[in-house]
Amino acid sequence: MSVPILKDGGFLLAAVQAALSDAAWLGFREDLAETLGRTRARGVVIDVSVLDVLDSFATRMLRAIAQISRLRGAETVIVGIQPEVAFAMVQLGLSLNGIQTALDLEEGLAVLRRRLLERADGR
Amino acid sequence: MDADRAFEAERVVRVANDADVVAAREAARALAVEVGFRGTDLVLIATAISELARNILVYARTGEVRLSVVTSAHRRGVRVVAADEGPGIADIELAMQDGYTSGRGLGVGLPGARRLMDDFEIDSGPGRGTRVTVVKWLGRNA
Repeated sequence: MSVPILKDGGFLLAAVQAALSDAAWLGFREDLAETLGRTRARGVVIDVSVLDVLDSFATRMLRAIAQISRLRGAETVIVGIQPEVAFAMVQLGLSLNGIQTALDLEEGLAVLRRRLLERADGR
Repeated sequence: MDADRAFEAERVVRVANDADVVAAREAARALAVEVGFRGTDLVLIATAISELARNILVYARTGEVRLSVVTSAHRRGVRVVAADEGPGIADIELAMQDGYTSGRGLGVGLPGARRLMDDFEIDSGPGRGTRVTVVKWLGRNA
């Protein structure tokens, strides 16, 4: 199961469609890095709303994706973490410290636009 | 701890590759639905089993996750045993500490699984594999 990555303006949108195995997460991370390089996108929104589990491996992958993107000059926003999933992550001791999150796709895109404006202003 | 409990038929998920981690947590979730768990509990159970199954893969490479329904005097629950014949854990106390890892994870698997479930028991030692038993009881957080 691969994650489709769409380009929309200067941003990439990736909506996870179903539970991912570890190998699928690794593939997604690589696809995204490659697509970022090819498209020169300035931001990435990753929608995880269909996922009912974000365990330590998935969390590590999301962090890695955000870090890789940042090194390539793009911002990442994770959207759609379900409330029960957030609760389980906290219980497990996981955090997405330093990574932008937002409620849904629309809000994620708004966050990206705001961040890019801030960058343009040199803030 | 199992003396007064009755177990119903076990389901066994072999864990030998990363797709089995997903299969194990989905099987645990499906059994939990049958027992009557809903909402947050299902997510907690699936997440805990995901960690335990991945520990098997990372540290022992193969093993199995055994799922059963457990019934005691006044309650029902889901019982999961994650067992492998890997190298075992030399220092269980250390392995149960948050953030401790022997190198390949985030160090949340065992202590995290303990917090996500109600009962937690670990039996391990060098050269004799690892067996983690967890139970989630129905209605405890309702």
